[in-house]
Amino acid sequence: MAQQIPMVDYLVLGDSPHLVANECTDCGAKFFDRRNACASCGGTSFKKTDIATDGEIRSFTIVTAFMPGADNYVPVVVDLGGTSVRGQLINAPAEAANIALGQKVRLTTYSIGADTAGTEAINYGFEPVN
Amino acid sequence: MANDDIWILGINMTKFGKHPDKDVVDLASEAALAALADGGVTIKEMGVLAAGNLMGAAAGIGQQLQKQIGQTGIPVFNVANACATGATALRTVIMAIKAGECDMGLAVGVEKLSGAGMLGAGFGVAASDEWTPSGRYGAVSGFEGKLGTDMMPGVFAQVGMEYLHQHPYDGADFELFAGISAKNHFNSTMNPLAAIQKDMSVEQIMAEPMIAYPNTRAMCSANSDGAAAAVVVSGAKLRTLSKEQQKRAVKVSASVLTSDPYQEACQILPDVNTLTRVAAKQAYELAGVGPDDLDLVELHDCFATAELVHYDNLMLCSEGNAVDFFLSGATTRDGKTPVNVSGGLESKGHPIAATGIANIWEICYHLRGEAGPRQIEGAKVGLAHVIGLGSACGVHILEKSGL
Repeated sequence: MAQQIPMVDYLVLGDSPHLVANECTDCGAKFFDRRNACASCGGTSFKKTDIATDGEIRSFTIVTAFMPGADNYVPVVVDLGGTSVRGQLINAPAEAANIALGQKVRLTTYSIGADTAGTEAINYGFEPVN
Repeated sequence: MANDDIWILGINMTKFGKHPDKDVVDLASEAALAALADGGVTIKEMGVLAAGNLMGAAAGIGQQLQKQIGQTGIPVFNVANACATGATALRTVIMAIKAGECDMGLAVGVEKLSGAGMLGAGFGVAASDEWTPSGRYGAVSGFEGKLGTDMMPGVFAQVGMEYLHQHPYDGADFELFAGISAKNHFNSTMNPLAAIQKDMSVEQIMAEPMIAYPNTRAMCSANSDGAAAAVVVSGAKLRTLSKEQQKRAVKVSASVLTSDPYQEACQILPDVNTLTRVAAKQAYELAGVGPDDLDLVELHDCFATAELVHYDNLMLCSEGNAVDFFLSGATTRDGKTPVNVSGGLESKGHPIAATGIANIWEICYHLRGEAGPRQIEGAKVGLAHVIGLGSACGVHILEKSGL
Protein backbone atom coordinates (compact mmCIF):
# COMPACT_ATOMS: atom_id res chain seq x y z
CA MET A 1 0.00 0.00 0.00
CA ALA A 2 1.22 3.42 -0.88
CA GLN A 3 2.59 5.71 1.81
CA GLN A 4 0.07 8.22 3.23
CA ILE A 5 0.41 11.61 4.88
CA PRO A 6 -2.40 13.58 6.54
CA MET A 7 -3.41 16.96 5.09
CA VAL A 8 -2.91 18.46 8.56
CA ASP A 9 -1.10 17.12 11.59
CA TYR A 10 -4.27 17.11 13.72
CA LEU A 11 -5.80 14.45 11.46
CA VAL A 12 -4.97 10.91 12.61
CA LEU A 13 -5.17 8.31 9.83
CA GLY A 14 -5.49 4.55 10.23
CA ASP A 15 -8.49 2.27 10.72
CA SER A 16 -10.61 4.92 12.42
CA PRO A 17 -9.53 8.35 11.19
CA HIS A 18 -10.24 11.15 13.62
CA LEU A 19 -9.03 14.57 14.72
CA VAL A 20 -6.85 15.18 17.73
CA ALA A 21 -6.57 18.40 19.71
CA ASN A 22 -4.31 19.91 22.33
CA GLU A 23 -6.53 20.14 25.39
CA CYS A 24 -5.75 22.49 28.25
CA THR A 25 -5.53 20.34 31.38
CA ASP A 26 -6.81 23.24 33.48
CA CYS A 27 -9.97 24.36 31.66
CA GLY A 28 -10.48 21.83 28.87
CA ALA A 29 -10.23 24.31 25.97
CA LYS A 30 -9.12 22.54 22.81
CA PHE A 31 -6.78 23.82 20.11
CA PHE A 32 -5.79 22.31 16.79
CA ASP A 33 -2.47 24.14 16.69
CA ARG A 34 0.17 24.42 19.40
CA ARG A 35 -0.24 27.11 22.04
CA ASN A 36 2.29 28.46 24.47
CA ALA A 37 -0.46 29.04 26.96
CA CYS A 38 -4.20 28.51 26.88
CA ALA A 39 -6.10 31.35 25.20
CA SER A 40 -8.99 30.72 27.55
CA CYS A 41 -7.36 30.46 30.98
CA GLY A 42 -3.62 31.00 30.59
CA GLY A 43 -2.73 27.48 31.72
CA THR A 44 0.43 26.00 30.24
CA SER A 45 -0.24 22.28 30.44
CA PHE A 46 -1.83 20.43 27.53
CA LYS A 47 -2.68 16.84 26.69
CA LYS A 48 -3.70 15.20 23.41
CA THR A 49 -7.38 14.43 23.17
CA ASP A 50 -9.37 12.63 20.48
CA ILE A 51 -12.32 14.48 18.96
CA ALA A 52 -15.63 12.79 18.16
CA THR A 53 -16.23 11.96 14.50
CA ASP A 54 -20.01 12.49 14.46
CA GLY A 55 -21.69 15.85 14.74
CA GLU A 56 -23.92 18.44 13.14
CA ILE A 57 -23.58 21.38 10.79
CA ARG A 58 -23.69 24.66 12.68
CA SER A 59 -23.05 26.88 9.69
CA PHE A 60 -22.16 26.65 6.04
CA THR A 61 -21.55 28.62 2.88
CA ILE A 62 -21.12 27.62 -0.74
CA VAL A 63 -18.12 29.27 -2.32
CA THR A 64 -18.35 29.86 -6.03
CA ALA A 65 -15.19 28.66 -7.73
CA PHE A 66 -14.29 31.13 -10.44
CA MET A 67 -11.25 29.25 -11.73
CA PRO A 68 -12.06 27.29 -14.88
CA GLY A 69 -12.65 23.61 -14.17
CA ALA A 70 -12.87 24.09 -10.40
CA ASP A 71 -15.98 23.00 -8.48
CA ASN A 72 -17.93 25.06 -5.99
CA TYR A 73 -17.19 23.98 -2.43
CA VAL A 74 -19.10 23.90 0.83
CA PRO A 75 -17.20 25.13 3.90
CA VAL A 76 -18.93 24.06 7.09
CA VAL A 77 -18.63 24.67 10.79
CA VAL A 78 -19.32 21.34 12.47
CA ASP A 79 -19.98 20.70 16.13
CA LEU A 80 -18.27 17.40 16.97
CA GLY A 81 -19.42 16.54 20.47
CA GLY A 82 -18.94 20.06 21.75
CA THR A 83 -15.81 20.91 19.78
CA SER A 84 -16.18 23.18 16.76
CA VAL A 85 -14.27 22.10 13.68
CA ARG A 86 -13.83 23.62 10.23
CA GLY A 87 -13.99 21.57 7.10
CA GLN A 88 -16.06 20.95 4.02
CA LEU A 89 -19.20 19.05 3.26
CA ILE A 90 -18.37 16.24 0.79
CA ASN A 91 -20.22 13.41 -0.92
CA ALA A 92 -23.24 15.74 -1.23
CA PRO A 93 -24.37 18.24 -3.87
CA ALA A 94 -23.08 21.79 -3.38
CA GLU A 95 -26.59 23.24 -3.47
CA ALA A 96 -28.24 25.27 -0.74
CA ALA A 97 -31.50 23.37 -1.14
CA ASN A 98 -29.72 20.17 -0.11
CA ILE A 99 -27.91 21.50 2.94
CA ALA A 100 -29.64 22.05 6.26
CA LEU A 101 -28.42 23.80 9.39
CA GLY A 102 -28.38 21.13 12.08
CA GLN A 103 -27.81 18.37 9.50
CA LYS A 104 -26.05 15.33 11.03
CA VAL A 105 -22.67 14.59 9.50
CA ARG A 106 -19.67 12.34 10.12
CA LEU A 107 -15.98 12.68 9.43
CA THR A 108 -14.60 10.81 6.47
CA THR A 109 -11.35 10.97 4.52
CA TYR A 110 -10.29 11.14 0.89
CA SER A 111 -7.10 11.48 -1.13
CA ILE A 112 -6.11 14.86 -2.50
CA GLY A 113 -3.44 13.27 -4.70
CA ALA A 114 -0.03 11.65 -4.69
CA ASP A 115 3.34 13.39 -4.88
CA THR A 116 6.34 12.35 -6.99
CA ALA A 117 7.40 9.81 -4.34
CA GLY A 118 3.98 8.19 -4.55
CA THR A 119 2.86 9.44 -1.14
CA GLU A 120 -0.84 10.16 -0.99
CA ALA A 121 -2.08 13.15 0.99
CA ILE A 122 -5.29 12.37 2.87
CA ASN A 123 -7.73 15.11 3.82
CA TYR A 124 -10.83 14.96 5.98
CA GLY A 125 -14.31 16.15 5.16
CA PHE A 126 -17.82 15.69 6.46
CA GLU A 127 -20.53 13.67 4.77
CA PRO A 128 -24.24 13.64 5.55
CA VAL A 129 -25.61 10.91 7.78
CA ASN A 130 -29.12 9.92 6.80
CA MET B 1 -18.95 71.17 28.06
CA ALA B 2 -16.78 69.61 30.73
CA ASN B 3 -13.02 70.04 30.45
CA ASP B 4 -12.41 66.33 30.01
CA ASP B 5 -15.12 65.78 27.40
CA ILE B 6 -13.95 64.78 23.94
CA TRP B 7 -15.34 66.38 20.78
CA ILE B 8 -15.06 65.97 17.05
CA LEU B 9 -14.24 69.48 15.83
CA GLY B 10 -13.84 68.81 12.12
CA ILE B 11 -14.36 65.76 9.98
CA ASN B 12 -14.34 64.79 6.32
CA MET B 13 -14.50 61.85 3.98
CA THR B 14 -13.49 61.86 0.32
CA LYS B 15 -15.73 60.34 -2.26
CA PHE B 16 -15.33 56.58 -2.13
CA GLY B 17 -14.81 54.78 -5.42
CA LYS B 18 -12.13 54.77 -8.06
CA HIS B 19 -9.40 57.39 -7.81
CA PRO B 20 -6.90 56.28 -10.47
CA ASP B 21 -5.13 59.65 -10.50
CA LYS B 22 -4.57 59.87 -6.74
CA ASP B 23 -2.30 57.79 -4.53
CA VAL B 24 -2.86 57.11 -0.82
CA VAL B 25 -0.93 60.23 0.17
CA ASP B 26 -3.10 62.41 -2.08
CA LEU B 27 -6.29 60.92 -0.70
CA ALA B 28 -5.15 61.14 2.93
CA SER B 29 -4.09 64.76 2.37
CA GLU B 30 -7.41 65.66 0.79
CA ALA B 31 -9.36 64.27 3.75
CA ALA B 32 -6.97 65.68 6.38
CA LEU B 33 -6.92 69.21 4.96
CA ALA B 34 -10.69 69.18 4.57
CA ALA B 35 -11.18 67.97 8.15
CA LEU B 36 -8.90 70.73 9.45
CA ALA B 37 -10.76 73.33 7.37
CA ASP B 38 -14.09 71.91 8.57
CA GLY B 39 -12.94 72.44 12.16
CA GLY B 40 -11.55 75.91 11.46
CA VAL B 41 -8.03 74.93 12.55
CA THR B 42 -4.67 74.12 10.95
CA ILE B 43 -2.07 71.38 11.18
CA LYS B 44 0.01 73.70 13.39
CA GLU B 45 -2.51 73.34 16.19
CA MET B 46 -2.48 69.53 16.17
CA GLY B 47 -0.64 67.91 19.09
CA VAL B 48 -0.81 64.34 17.82
CA LEU B 49 -1.40 62.49 14.56
CA ALA B 50 -2.63 58.89 14.26
CA ALA B 51 -2.94 57.43 10.79
CA GLY B 52 -3.63 54.12 9.17
CA ASN B 53 -3.31 52.56 5.72
CA LEU B 54 -3.69 48.82 6.18
CA MET B 55 -2.35 47.63 2.83
CA GLY B 56 0.73 49.83 3.20
CA ALA B 57 1.13 49.43 6.94
CA ALA B 58 4.92 49.29 6.79
CA ALA B 59 5.26 52.53 4.83
CA GLY B 60 4.34 54.97 7.60
CA ILE B 61 1.39 56.87 6.12
CA GLY B 62 1.47 59.32 9.04
CA GLN B 63 4.89 60.71 8.15
CA GLN B 64 4.11 60.56 4.43
CA LEU B 65 1.04 62.68 5.14
CA GLN B 66 3.06 65.17 7.20
CA LYS B 67 5.44 65.69 4.29
CA GLN B 68 2.42 66.54 2.16
CA ILE B 69 0.53 68.85 4.54
CA GLY B 70 2.91 69.97 7.29
CA GLN B 71 5.90 68.54 9.18
CA THR B 72 5.36 70.03 12.61
CA GLY B 73 7.35 67.51 14.62
CA ILE B 74 4.39 66.14 16.60
CA PRO B 75 4.25 62.47 17.64
CA VAL B 76 2.87 60.20 14.93
CA PHE B 77 1.25 56.85 15.58
CA ASN B 78 0.92 54.64 12.51
CA VAL B 79 -1.80 52.15 13.36
CA ALA B 80 -2.99 48.90 11.81
CA ASN B 81 -5.99 46.99 13.13
CA ALA B 82 -7.57 45.31 10.11
CA CYS B 83 -10.91 46.90 9.12
CA ALA B 84 -10.97 48.73 12.48
CA THR B 85 -7.81 50.69 11.56
CA GLY B 86 -9.62 54.03 11.17
CA ALA B 87 -11.46 53.67 14.46
CA THR B 88 -8.16 52.71 16.07
CA ALA B 89 -6.52 55.89 14.76
CA LEU B 90 -9.38 57.93 16.18
CA ARG B 91 -9.24 56.04 19.48
CA THR B 92 -5.48 56.69 19.67
CA VAL B 93 -5.95 60.44 19.30
CA ILE B 94 -8.76 60.40 21.86
CA MET B 95 -6.54 58.52 24.33
CA ALA B 96 -3.71 61.03 23.87
CA ILE B 97 -6.08 63.92 24.59
CA LYS B 98 -7.68 62.13 27.53
CA ALA B 99 -4.19 61.47 28.91
CA GLY B 100 -3.56 65.21 28.84
CA GLU B 101 -0.69 64.97 26.36
CA CYS B 102 -2.30 67.54 24.08
CA ASP B 103 -5.65 69.21 23.51
CA MET B 104 -6.13 68.66 19.79
CA GLY B 105 -5.21 65.90 17.37
CA LEU B 106 -5.82 64.49 13.92
CA ALA B 107 -6.87 60.94 12.97
CA VAL B 108 -6.67 59.76 9.35
CA GLY B 109 -7.48 56.53 7.54
CA VAL B 110 -6.85 55.88 3.85
CA GLU B 111 -6.91 52.93 1.47
CA LYS B 112 -6.63 52.21 -2.25
CA LEU B 113 -8.49 49.01 -2.96
CA SER B 114 -10.44 49.34 -6.17
CA GLY B 115 -9.92 46.26 -8.28
CA ALA B 116 -8.39 44.33 -5.39
CA GLY B 117 -10.76 41.36 -5.71
CA MET B 118 -11.66 39.10 -2.82
CA LEU B 119 -9.70 39.56 0.36
CA GLY B 120 -8.57 36.71 2.53
CA ALA B 121 -5.93 34.07 2.81
CA GLY B 122 -6.03 32.95 -0.79
CA PHE B 123 -4.98 29.56 -2.02
CA GLY B 124 -1.35 29.66 -0.88
CA VAL B 125 -0.34 26.18 -1.97
CA ALA B 126 3.40 25.70 -1.77
CA ALA B 127 4.85 24.41 -5.01
CA SER B 128 6.74 21.29 -4.06
CA ASP B 129 7.25 17.92 -5.67
CA GLU B 130 6.65 16.17 -2.38
CA TRP B 131 4.00 16.73 0.28
CA THR B 132 5.78 18.65 3.01
CA PRO B 133 4.03 19.57 6.25
CA SER B 134 4.46 23.22 7.14
CA GLY B 135 3.02 25.90 9.36
CA ARG B 136 1.24 25.66 12.68
CA TYR B 137 -1.08 22.91 11.47
CA GLY B 138 1.56 20.84 9.69
CA ALA B 139 -0.45 21.27 6.50
CA VAL B 140 0.75 19.77 3.23
CA SER B 141 -1.49 22.07 1.18
CA GLY B 142 -3.32 25.39 1.46
CA PHE B 143 -6.62 25.26 3.39
CA GLU B 144 -8.74 27.12 0.83
CA GLY B 145 -11.19 24.78 -0.85
CA LYS B 146 -9.91 21.83 1.20
CA LEU B 147 -10.76 22.76 4.76
CA GLY B 148 -13.24 25.55 4.19
CA THR B 149 -12.56 29.14 3.30
CA ASP B 150 -10.63 32.08 4.65
CA MET B 151 -11.94 34.45 2.02
CA MET B 152 -14.10 37.15 3.50
CA PRO B 153 -17.37 36.57 1.61
CA GLY B 154 -17.46 32.96 2.80
CA VAL B 155 -16.29 33.70 6.32
CA PHE B 156 -19.04 36.27 6.83
CA ALA B 157 -21.58 34.10 5.06
CA GLN B 158 -20.93 31.50 7.77
CA VAL B 159 -21.24 34.18 10.45
CA GLY B 160 -24.75 35.01 9.22
CA MET B 161 -25.81 31.41 8.66
CA GLU B 162 -24.63 30.48 12.14
CA TYR B 163 -27.01 33.10 13.55
CA LEU B 164 -29.87 31.41 11.73
CA HIS B 165 -28.84 28.10 13.26
CA GLN B 166 -28.82 29.58 16.75
CA HIS B 167 -32.07 31.44 16.13
CA PRO B 168 -33.96 29.36 13.57
CA TYR B 169 -35.85 31.23 10.88
CA ASP B 170 -38.60 29.50 8.90
CA GLY B 171 -38.41 31.79 5.89
CA ALA B 172 -35.97 31.88 2.99
CA ASP B 173 -32.49 32.83 4.24
CA PHE B 174 -31.27 34.03 0.84
CA GLU B 175 -34.14 36.51 0.46
CA LEU B 176 -33.73 37.72 4.01
CA PHE B 177 -30.10 38.70 3.50
CA ALA B 178 -30.82 40.13 0.05
CA GLY B 179 -33.46 42.31 1.70
CA ILE B 180 -30.88 43.82 4.03
CA SER B 181 -28.72 44.59 1.03
CA ALA B 182 -31.66 46.15 -0.84
CA LYS B 183 -32.27 48.53 2.07
CA ASN B 184 -28.66 49.69 1.98
CA HIS B 185 -28.49 50.03 -1.80
CA PHE B 186 -31.64 52.15 -1.70
CA ASN B 187 -30.03 54.38 0.94
CA SER B 188 -26.96 54.88 -1.26
CA THR B 189 -29.03 56.67 -3.89
CA MET B 190 -29.04 59.68 -1.57
CA ASN B 191 -25.30 59.60 -0.89
CA PRO B 192 -23.20 61.22 -3.62
CA LEU B 193 -20.00 60.09 -1.85
CA ALA B 194 -20.95 56.40 -2.19
CA ALA B 195 -18.91 54.27 -4.60
CA ILE B 196 -22.07 52.70 -6.01
CA GLN B 197 -25.38 54.55 -6.17
CA LYS B 198 -27.84 52.08 -7.55
CA ASP B 199 -31.24 51.18 -6.19
CA MET B 200 -31.55 47.40 -6.47
CA SER B 201 -34.54 45.19 -5.78
CA VAL B 202 -34.29 42.01 -3.76
CA GLU B 203 -34.75 40.07 -7.01
CA GLN B 204 -31.95 41.97 -8.74
CA ILE B 205 -29.63 41.40 -5.81
CA MET B 206 -30.41 37.68 -5.78
CA ALA B 207 -29.76 37.50 -9.53
CA GLU B 208 -26.25 38.95 -9.16
CA PRO B 209 -23.32 36.49 -9.40
CA MET B 210 -23.13 34.29 -6.31
CA ILE B 211 -19.84 34.78 -4.45
CA ALA B 212 -20.37 32.74 -1.30
CA TYR B 213 -23.92 31.65 -0.52
CA PRO B 214 -25.95 33.55 0.48
CA ASN B 215 -23.79 36.56 -0.42
CA THR B 216 -24.07 37.64 -4.04
CA ARG B 217 -21.79 40.33 -5.42
CA ALA B 218 -24.23 43.10 -4.48
CA MET B 219 -24.19 41.83 -0.89
CA CYS B 220 -20.41 42.19 -0.55
CA SER B 221 -18.69 45.42 0.41
CA ALA B 222 -17.36 47.29 -2.55
CA ASN B 223 -13.56 47.46 -2.71
CA SER B 224 -12.85 51.11 -3.28
CA ASP B 225 -10.42 53.95 -2.77
CA GLY B 226 -11.00 56.64 -0.21
CA ALA B 227 -9.91 58.47 2.89
CA ALA B 228 -11.48 60.00 5.97
CA ALA B 229 -10.07 62.23 8.69
CA ALA B 230 -11.21 63.72 11.98
CA VAL B 231 -9.96 66.53 14.21
CA VAL B 232 -10.48 65.76 17.88
CA VAL B 233 -10.49 68.41 20.61
CA SER B 234 -10.79 68.46 24.40
CA GLY B 235 -13.73 70.17 26.06
CA ALA B 236 -11.37 72.63 27.72
CA LYS B 237 -9.89 73.69 24.39
CA LEU B 238 -13.24 73.77 22.61
CA ARG B 239 -14.51 76.35 25.13
CA THR B 240 -11.82 78.74 23.91
CA LEU B 241 -12.96 78.43 20.29
CA SER B 242 -15.74 80.33 18.50
CA LYS B 243 -19.44 79.80 19.14
CA GLU B 244 -19.81 78.49 15.58
CA GLN B 245 -17.08 75.89 16.16
CA GLN B 246 -18.71 74.89 19.45
CA LYS B 247 -22.09 74.58 17.80
CA ARG B 248 -20.89 72.30 15.02
CA ALA B 249 -18.69 70.19 17.29
CA VAL B 250 -20.03 66.70 17.98
CA LYS B 251 -19.56 65.15 21.39
CA VAL B 252 -17.87 61.76 21.63
CA SER B 253 -19.90 60.29 24.47
CA ALA B 254 -18.18 56.92 24.23
CA SER B 255 -15.10 55.64 22.43
CA VAL B 256 -14.50 51.94 22.93
CA LEU B 257 -12.12 49.45 21.35
CA THR B 258 -12.25 45.74 22.18
CA SER B 259 -10.59 42.54 21.03
CA ASP B 260 -12.27 39.16 21.11
CA PRO B 261 -12.44 37.32 24.41
CA TYR B 262 -11.86 33.56 24.08
CA GLN B 263 -14.88 31.63 22.85
CA GLU B 264 -14.97 27.92 22.10
CA ALA B 265 -15.23 28.19 18.32
CA CYS B 266 -13.14 31.31 17.71
CA GLN B 267 -10.14 29.32 16.43
CA ILE B 268 -12.10 28.04 13.45
CA LEU B 269 -14.57 30.84 12.64
CA PRO B 270 -13.87 34.41 13.75
CA ASP B 271 -16.27 35.43 16.50
CA VAL B 272 -17.45 38.91 15.55
CA ASN B 273 -20.27 38.76 18.06
CA THR B 274 -18.82 38.67 21.55
CA LEU B 275 -16.42 41.59 21.17
CA THR B 276 -19.13 43.72 19.54
CA ARG B 277 -21.57 43.00 22.34
CA VAL B 278 -18.89 43.79 24.94
CA ALA B 279 -17.97 47.03 23.16
CA ALA B 280 -21.61 48.09 22.82
CA LYS B 281 -22.33 47.42 26.48
CA GLN B 282 -19.30 49.46 27.55
CA ALA B 283 -20.23 52.27 25.16
CA TYR B 284 -23.85 52.52 26.35
CA GLU B 285 -22.66 52.63 29.96
CA LEU B 286 -20.02 55.28 29.26
CA ALA B 287 -22.43 57.44 27.27
CA GLY B 288 -25.36 56.95 29.62
CA VAL B 289 -27.63 56.15 26.70
CA GLY B 290 -29.37 52.99 25.56
CA PRO B 291 -30.11 51.49 22.15
CA ASP B 292 -33.58 53.10 22.20
CA ASP B 293 -31.97 56.55 22.34
CA LEU B 294 -30.14 56.09 19.03
CA ASP B 295 -31.44 58.15 16.12
CA LEU B 296 -29.17 56.39 13.63
CA VAL B 297 -26.55 53.66 13.48
CA GLU B 298 -23.74 53.03 11.03
CA LEU B 299 -22.65 49.44 11.51
CA HIS B 300 -20.10 47.24 9.79
CA ASP B 301 -22.06 45.59 6.96
CA CYS B 302 -18.95 44.30 5.20
CA PHE B 303 -21.42 41.68 3.91
CA ALA B 304 -25.21 41.56 4.14
CA THR B 305 -24.87 38.52 6.39
CA ALA B 306 -22.87 40.60 8.88
CA GLU B 307 -25.46 43.36 9.25
CA LEU B 308 -28.04 40.94 10.64
CA VAL B 309 -25.90 39.68 13.52
CA HIS B 310 -24.88 43.18 14.56
CA TYR B 311 -28.52 44.25 15.13
CA ASP B 312 -28.37 41.74 17.94
CA ASN B 313 -24.77 42.38 19.02
CA LEU B 314 -25.39 46.13 19.33
CA MET B 315 -28.58 45.31 21.25
CA LEU B 316 -30.75 47.26 18.81
CA CYS B 317 -33.22 44.38 19.18
CA SER B 318 -33.92 41.90 21.94
CA GLU B 319 -31.55 38.93 22.02
CA GLY B 320 -32.17 36.44 19.23
CA ASN B 321 -34.66 38.67 17.41
CA ALA B 322 -32.57 40.26 14.68
CA VAL B 323 -34.62 38.72 11.88
CA ASP B 324 -37.97 39.96 13.19
CA PHE B 325 -36.38 43.33 13.94
CA PHE B 326 -35.25 43.69 10.33
CA LEU B 327 -38.50 42.37 8.87
CA SER B 328 -40.45 44.92 10.97
CA GLY B 329 -38.78 47.69 8.97
CA ALA B 330 -37.08 49.08 12.07
CA THR B 331 -33.77 49.64 10.28
CA THR B 332 -35.04 51.53 7.24
CA ARG B 333 -34.56 55.30 6.97
CA ASP B 334 -38.05 55.82 8.34
CA GLY B 335 -37.84 53.08 10.94
CA LYS B 336 -37.29 53.09 14.67
CA THR B 337 -33.50 52.73 14.36
CA PRO B 338 -32.24 53.67 10.88
CA VAL B 339 -29.17 51.57 10.07
CA ASN B 340 -26.61 52.47 7.40
CA VAL B 341 -28.42 55.44 5.90
CA SER B 342 -25.11 56.14 4.11
CA GLY B 343 -25.69 53.03 2.01
CA GLY B 344 -23.36 50.96 4.15
CA LEU B 345 -20.20 49.25 3.01
CA GLU B 346 -22.12 47.27 0.40
CA SER B 347 -22.71 50.42 -1.65
CA LYS B 348 -20.78 53.27 -0.06
CA GLY B 349 -17.64 51.18 -0.34
CA HIS B 350 -15.06 49.85 2.09
CA PRO B 351 -11.59 51.42 1.74
CA ILE B 352 -10.47 49.51 4.81
CA ALA B 353 -8.60 52.03 6.96
CA ALA B 354 -10.96 54.87 6.00
CA THR B 355 -14.11 53.01 7.00
CA GLY B 356 -13.79 53.48 10.77
CA ILE B 357 -13.71 57.26 10.41
CA ALA B 358 -16.11 57.57 7.47
CA ASN B 359 -18.87 55.99 9.56
CA ILE B 360 -18.26 58.64 12.25
CA TRP B 361 -18.44 61.30 9.54
CA GLU B 362 -21.87 60.05 8.49
CA ILE B 363 -23.16 60.27 12.06
CA CYS B 364 -21.71 63.78 12.51
CA TYR B 365 -23.26 64.89 9.23
CA HIS B 366 -26.72 64.06 10.58
CA LEU B 367 -26.14 65.31 14.13
CA ARG B 368 -25.04 68.65 12.70
CA GLY B 369 -28.18 68.77 10.60
CA GLU B 370 -26.16 69.12 7.42
CA ALA B 371 -27.13 65.88 5.63
CA GLY B 372 -29.44 67.48 3.07
CA PRO B 373 -31.82 65.10 1.30
CA ARG B 374 -30.80 62.13 3.43
CA GLN B 375 -30.98 63.95 6.76
CA ILE B 376 -32.51 61.92 9.59
CA GLU B 377 -34.69 64.68 11.03
CA GLY B 378 -33.89 65.78 14.55
CA ALA B 379 -31.00 63.33 14.99
CA LYS B 380 -29.34 63.87 18.37
CA VAL B 381 -27.54 60.60 19.17
CA GLY B 382 -25.82 58.14 16.85
CA LEU B 383 -23.61 55.07 17.04
CA ALA B 384 -20.80 54.01 14.70
CA HIS B 385 -19.50 50.44 14.74
CA VAL B 386 -16.63 48.78 12.94
CA ILE B 387 -15.09 45.30 13.05
CA GLY B 388 -11.64 44.23 11.97
CA LEU B 389 -11.14 40.50 11.76
CA GLY B 390 -8.71 39.00 14.14
CA SER B 391 -10.48 40.76 15.82
CA ALA B 392 -10.87 44.39 16.81
CA CYS B 393 -14.15 46.23 17.36
CA GLY B 394 -14.63 49.97 17.62
CA VAL B 395 -17.85 51.51 18.90
CA HIS B 396 -18.34 55.26 19.14
CA ILE B 397 -21.45 56.99 20.45
CA LEU B 398 -21.81 60.58 19.30
CA GLU B 399 -24.10 63.35 20.47
CA LYS B 400 -25.19 66.64 18.99
CA SER B 401 -23.84 69.79 20.61
CA GLY B 402 -26.27 71.29 23.10
CA LEU B 403 -25.59 74.80 21.78
